[in-house]
Amino acid sequence: MSDDGLDLRRRRFLTATTVAVGGLGATFAAVPFVGSLLPSQKAKALGAPVQIDIGKIEPGALHRDEWRGKLVMVVRRTRQNLEDLVALEDELLDPASEREQQPEYARNSYRSIRDEYLVMIGLCTHLGCAPTYRPEVAPDDLGPEWKGGFYCPCHGSRFDLAGRVYKSVPAPANMEVPPYRYLSDTLIEVGVGPEDA
Amino acid sequence: MTRKIILTVLLFVPGLLSAAGGTSLLYTTPHINETDRAAIQRGARIFVNYCLTCHSAEYMRYKRVADDLGISEDIMKKNLMFASDKIHEGMVVAIEADDARRWFGVLPPDLSVIARARTREWLYNYFMTFYRDDKSPVGVNNATFPGVAMPNVLWELQGWQEPVYEVHTNAEGEEERTIVGMKLIEPGKQTAKEFKQTIRDLVTFMVYMAEPAELERHRLGFWVLAFLFVLLMISYALKREYWRDVH
Amino acid sequence: MIHAILNKMVAVPVSLLAWVDRRFPITKMWNEHLAHYYVPKNFNFWYFFGSLALVVLAIQIITGIFLTMNYKPSAAEAFASVEFIMRDVNYGWLIRYMHSTGASAFFIVVYLHMFRGLMYGSYKQPRELLWILGMLIYMTLMAEAFLGYLLPWGQMSFWGAQVIVSLFEAMPFGIGLPLAEWIRGDFTISDATLNRFFAYHVIAVPLALLALVAAHIIALHEVGPNNPDGIDINDNQDDDGVPLDGIPFHPYYTVKDIVGVVVFLIFFFSVVFYAPEMGGWFLEHNNFLPADPLKTPEHIAPLWYFTPFYSILRAFTYPFLGIDAKLWGVLAMGFSQLLFFFLPWLDRSPVRSIRYRGPYFRYALYSFVLAFLVLGYLGVKSPSETDLFLFNNTVWAQIFTVVYFAFFLLMPWYTKMDNDEDRPLPARVTG
Repeated sequence: MSDDGLDLRRRRFLTATTVAVGGLGATFAAVPFVGSLLPSQKAKALGAPVQIDIGKIEPGALHRDEWRGKLVMVVRRTRQNLEDLVALEDELLDPASEREQQPEYARNSYRSIRDEYLVMIGLCTHLGCAPTYRPEVAPDDLGPEWKGGFYCPCHGSRFDLAGRVYKSVPAPANMEVPPYRYLSDTLIEVGVGPEDA
Repeated sequence: MTRKIILTVLLFVPGLLSAAGGTSLLYTTPHINETDRAAIQRGARIFVNYCLTCHSAEYMRYKRVADDLGISEDIMKKNLMFASDKIHEGMVVAIEADDARRWFGVLPPDLSVIARARTREWLYNYFMTFYRDDKSPVGVNNATFPGVAMPNVLWELQGWQEPVYEVHTNAEGEEERTIVGMKLIEPGKQTAKEFKQTIRDLVTFMVYMAEPAELERHRLGFWVLAFLFVLLMISYALKREYWRDVH
Repeated sequence: MIHAILNKMVAVPVSLLAWVDRRFPITKMWNEHLAHYYVPKNFNFWYFFGSLALVVLAIQIITGIFLTMNYKPSAAEAFASVEFIMRDVNYGWLIRYMHSTGASAFFIVVYLHMFRGLMYGSYKQPRELLWILGMLIYMTLMAEAFLGYLLPWGQMSFWGAQVIVSLFEAMPFGIGLPLAEWIRGDFTISDATLNRFFAYHVIAVPLALLALVAAHIIALHEVGPNNPDGIDINDNQDDDGVPLDGIPFHPYYTVKDIVGVVVFLIFFFSVVFYAPEMGGWFLEHNNFLPADPLKTPEHIAPLWYFTPFYSILRAFTYPFLGIDAKLWGVLAMGFSQLLFFFLPWLDRSPVRSIRYRGPYFRYALYSFVLAFLVLGYLGVKSPSETDLFLFNNTVWAQIFTVVYFAFFLLMPWYTKMDNDEDRPLPARVTG
């Protein structure tokens, strides 16, 4: 061994370059493995849009369906319900739906395309439980001010009949409205918005 | 050093030859380019019209075909799918398993990966060597797959052929007939040249279908190898720099 | 100010290292196994394959973990789940091809690593245990590959497992059949077999493999590596006890092995991306047909890394000494691997490296390698055909089986006849 002409700078530069390029390679190598954990083509196929027949839902009734393994709730609201929704606004956290919990076409006071039908993902925005549908007015457990809505049994969050969250409950946001569109007066498709068609 | 590298390379050589001994083939396969999207699309049409009535290809999703061919879902639905098919699902078949057994004696196999099991050469020869055979119970036989239960579904296009035999004496002194070629006895809708192209397209589609990832595989492989060559140059320079101490 | 910050930036890691060192010997291990681990400076091309085997092991474990996330170990779903991985899982095809190519790459690397050991006498005193641990790794690897090959549940998976498990039926004293049924958990290869093979393949055998690899490396670092000259570098030390022909593993062999790994990866990914089936040698055509217990493929051959032993198994065609041909074949196949373990004691020459050994050993080793390759080739061919000249495949397999066994069984004599003790050895390593 000899130290003649030892070029430490060159050595350090080459070491750093190898480490950097090798590290880049390792990062790229991680891509397929991390990517493989994303939903597969099969999951995407199962997550394809679903069509829901809403023609048979009675006024005031709830219809449950499934899209991407999640509960989809469709409520046919009565005229009285819609009037109550406007009156409630002071008690709500985000009455004007400013947070993006709904597609642009459902960003209105009733959070729906057509006033009568609420289409919503049936999961609480707190920790993902499924809130129960409580359409009755002023029941004993929910108090005299209750105008009908959704109550989450896990941690007591409350939502109105547009899925808007009340103030002073654990849930931080309104319930989510999925993309959907009307194929006819009685048939909706969940998973595609009107502008995607 | 060089000699040793050659020795190691020689260990790879068996890999370059095929491990599988196959049946002798009448035709060699014309070049199949499985990345030729136009050929895949023509082949898909033939496959859907002639094969998919009895055979399924359940692992091949219509959506994947549309995406890989760069055609829209609507065109896919109009041209390559039956009304009951769903775009996200595999190419399943309407025929009932019990009916199929009654008609053909066997269940027509799923064709998703058949091109990998049989090889493209075999498939091409199989489609080219159906012939009229009065001795067979179905009146049809195949020189590549003798005794096959499948009828010649492409006869309208191809017409009918008859085998050309060569007679020779074997080691035991008996006369033997072997098929050495095919002769057209009744023309079909397509000329021989057109039919060859049809089969080539069909096989191209089946090769694609057996491994749709192949399109992506070649593309990605180039970048991975290019990167490794860069890394090789850098790491070799690093090694040389350090080993100046030793030499 | 800046100086103070810079000092702090250096001081924190240094004191952190000191904190760890008082609790875990990290610096000590780094020095013992890398920075002050002195190894001969004359390693050549053949010395890449040990570190490459570790690289392949890592590839197999990582890709294997990700494959288990989508694979279904049941007879009804296994084949479809592999196609699901190949088509529907993002990059699933890449992970699967890396794993299937990795299996063959593992054996290529390990066979070259073993050949190196044979050439340079790396099995000899004081490295007998190192060699035996290596052989145990090799045997475990074969078990791992065999178990894994059932999982895709194709025709070759099924019938390959059927044939190999049936070998156990050859066991005498009436234990054969119950033993085979115990292995399968059924009267034939079935869902139960697939499920347990999956458990062995993904947990049991890999754990054993990792433990053996650790033991192999500990033993290597205890005795120190051999080298192409086969002489001990510790015979020539400087005043500090550092061998004159030794260089620290780090940085010299770390930077050299990185080059080896990159070259290997170029070969590896060329196969993965451009020839994953390798013409039927790495992925067999018939394995793209789902397993069918009622229909045997016309031609069954194991994957290439088993074929030398498969040829030996088939070479026994006559009953002898009241033992039937099947049992002879099984015994011969077992012995063909067992004999490797006795190599340190079969070889009577005092010299390690082939560079300083006589002609008998050289020709014996060349004949052995030839026999291994020819038996491997014959193992994928049908026994009754004639693929080489003059004789059919069975006769050639018998001839080369004799050569294979002669290499081991005659070794005590021909290694003596070389009179290697009279040949000069260099005082220092060359090259």
